[in-house]
Amino acid sequence: MPRRTRWNRAALAVVMGGTLAAGCGAPGGDAPRPEDTGASLSAAPTCGTEPVTLNAYIETGFPLPKELSTEFSKQYPNVKWNIREDQFAVITQNAPRVLADDPPDLMRLPQVSELVKNNLLKNLDGYAKAFGWDSWPASQLEQMRMTPGGKTRGEGSLYAMGLNFSMTGVFYNKKLAEKIGMSSPPATLAELDDVLAKAKSAGITPIAQFNGGATGGLAFPLQDLMAAYGPPGPINDWIYQKPGATIDTPTNLQATRHLEKWIKAGYFWKDVNAVDYATMMSRFIKGDGLFMFNGDWESGNLDKQMPGDVGFFLMPPAQQGGKQAAMSAPLTFGISSRAKNADCAAFFLNWVATNPKAREIGVKVGGSHPMGPADAPMPEVGKDTVTASTLAAGAKIAEDNGAMDFIANATGAIYAKSWTPQLQKLVAGQQTPEGLLKSVQSDYESQVKGS
Amino acid sequence: MTRPTPDSVVASPATRPGPAAVTRKRSPARGAGLRTPRWVGWLFVAPALAVYAVFVLRPIALTIQYSMYRWDGIGPSTWAGLGNYVKVFTDPDLFATILNAVKLIVFFSAIPVVLGLAIASTIRRIATSRLALVARTVLFLPQVIPLVAAGIAWSWLLSSSGLVNQLLTYVGLGGVARAWLGDFSTALPAVGVIGAWVLLGLCTILLLSGMSKIDPALYEAARMDGAGPLREFVSITVPSLRQEIGVCVTVTVIAALASFDIVYVSTQGGPGNATMVPGLEIYYLAFSERQVGMASALAVVLMVLVILVALPIQWLTRDRTS
Repeated sequence: MPRRTRWNRAALAVVMGGTLAAGCGAPGGDAPRPEDTGASLSAAPTCGTEPVTLNAYIETGFPLPKELSTEFSKQYPNVKWNIREDQFAVITQNAPRVLADDPPDLMRLPQVSELVKNNLLKNLDGYAKAFGWDSWPASQLEQMRMTPGGKTRGEGSLYAMGLNFSMTGVFYNKKLAEKIGMSSPPATLAELDDVLAKAKSAGITPIAQFNGGATGGLAFPLQDLMAAYGPPGPINDWIYQKPGATIDTPTNLQATRHLEKWIKAGYFWKDVNAVDYATMMSRFIKGDGLFMFNGDWESGNLDKQMPGDVGFFLMPPAQQGGKQAAMSAPLTFGISSRAKNADCAAFFLNWVATNPKAREIGVKVGGSHPMGPADAPMPEVGKDTVTASTLAAGAKIAEDNGAMDFIANATGAIYAKSWTPQLQKLVAGQQTPEGLLKSVQSDYESQVKGS
Repeated sequence: MTRPTPDSVVASPATRPGPAAVTRKRSPARGAGLRTPRWVGWLFVAPALAVYAVFVLRPIALTIQYSMYRWDGIGPSTWAGLGNYVKVFTDPDLFATILNAVKLIVFFSAIPVVLGLAIASTIRRIATSRLALVARTVLFLPQVIPLVAAGIAWSWLLSSSGLVNQLLTYVGLGGVARAWLGDFSTALPAVGVIGAWVLLGLCTILLLSGMSKIDPALYEAARMDGAGPLREFVSITVPSLRQEIGVCVTVTVIAALASFDIVYVSTQGGPGNATMVPGLEIYYLAFSERQVGMASALAVVLMVLVILVALPIQWLTRDRTS
């Protein structure tokens, strides 16, 4: 009996071992995909006349891409759509696998650097030349450019396109502003501080913001403060992972201290660490909160929910008349390096930026500034709407060359794993401004080195 | 347990002719040559074994393999040896997740088992009344509700304007009211309370069914000897439920150590990293930081930890009479 058992065990081990051996060899064995160099094209591509079905993978909850696709099919009836929708968090997590295994023609993308490193995205340089995208204001495309191999962002070849580009700043409740005697948006940081203090003493929550769960919304006011105290260039360098860039600078420290001052003065909700984005929006719309640091993707929504009662201004500079900056990012879409209908997808992206009807949809539905040449016709919007003020703010930022990417986009994990917990600790008084910047910088360095 | 229970007397294999005895009697007639070859048994096991190997053993082996590499999940990987494991134990953030899971055991395991024992013996006393049925149903209900729904419902209850704070304010404890899931000191206990609520019903039902197997004669005898309800509980109920308690503790401890869904829905690990648990950290590492190697190493550590904790519990609560 004992010998038998031993023999059986050996047999079992062989069988099991055989099954397991199937998984041996270093992981990630697929041969590295060849780097796409974006060969130049003889003529601008089109969708042709044959029936085409474009596979798109988009973010759920935002109607813009769907409306655009419907209009596109109306103008080009041979193009049909196969659209798959997911939440942005799901898209972010799945992007590499989806692009590798089930390549869509068009896909809503998170930060592109990790995808470019694995050669999962089509190099769009050829299209850019053929369609003349390189003659658009450079800042529109900058965030989607990568140097070869995906080392540094902000320069190099183009790997994605925007459907529009969004603008962030400060929304305010006009009724509450009137109550405390704020007749025009503050022109300097000191004036903003004044209004905040007035609101607080009038029993109004000065700032509606979210900072709960895995998304630290205080990063919005923090980056705006950083841009008020210092130039946006070094912040962009840090986000683009330029060698030697640091977030731990004297002006950023001033900004973080300023944010801490706001926290200690009780300008945010007491439970801000438990408030998520949706809760912030519903509270602000209900009239709880004078200011809200957010982006123009909400302008259409706010125009509908509280018509005429919401205003928008860009973060005021520290000194009167100083240059202004804002987080501004394209609504990024990319083409898989193995997409079947890459030409048609590129033609669609160009159409979104240049077709008057598409630009109108972009503004009315998306609420943000369309991509495209600086002199392209702008659709008309109602004068008193928030959308009008966010579009005007976009023009001012272009003039001041003050567009910044979001500090949460520096690496794939910096937001959830670094900014968010650190900002939550700052709210709870468990972290100092110095410690916050040092921690984020050291996480950043290990993430940049590790990836 | 040296006292022979009625069960062990009846079922003791030594006193009953078992299948072995029958075979022994029959085998000489069939002859050795006609005996079914042993490998036929394997044929019966093969389908289940294959499924088990492909869907359980292979993933475990792959996880162990991945844990020795630095890999982003797509591109080429580089050998890291035990480097990932060293980091699990030296990175304070990663190690803190394991500590949080250990703290959760109090809520996920201790409270449901202790409270479950108390509730089960109370229900047992009123077993014939309709109230018992209602109590059982209400207590078991959390097991039926999807955990995600439970997490969302609880995050409303625990929010700063939620029912919990409304009640506190109503009874004059408004000063204690806070955003329970957003406060560094209360977030982990608040998550624990949700877990306790979910697991209490499971423990109660398990213990109740165990109690129904206890011979009522034991209680009668104890009562004749002058034992009160407490004495009965300590001397009869708890020792007889040894195995059920063992199952409860094992299941709930594993639920605490491997917790994911409740935390993911209610706090996502925040504020700070106050409620970050290994399950959630593995998910973040693999899918947001794209460090598949690190995630696998933490997963292996978690698996070993669960085994290390669960095996002694099994051993301690094993029925020693058989």
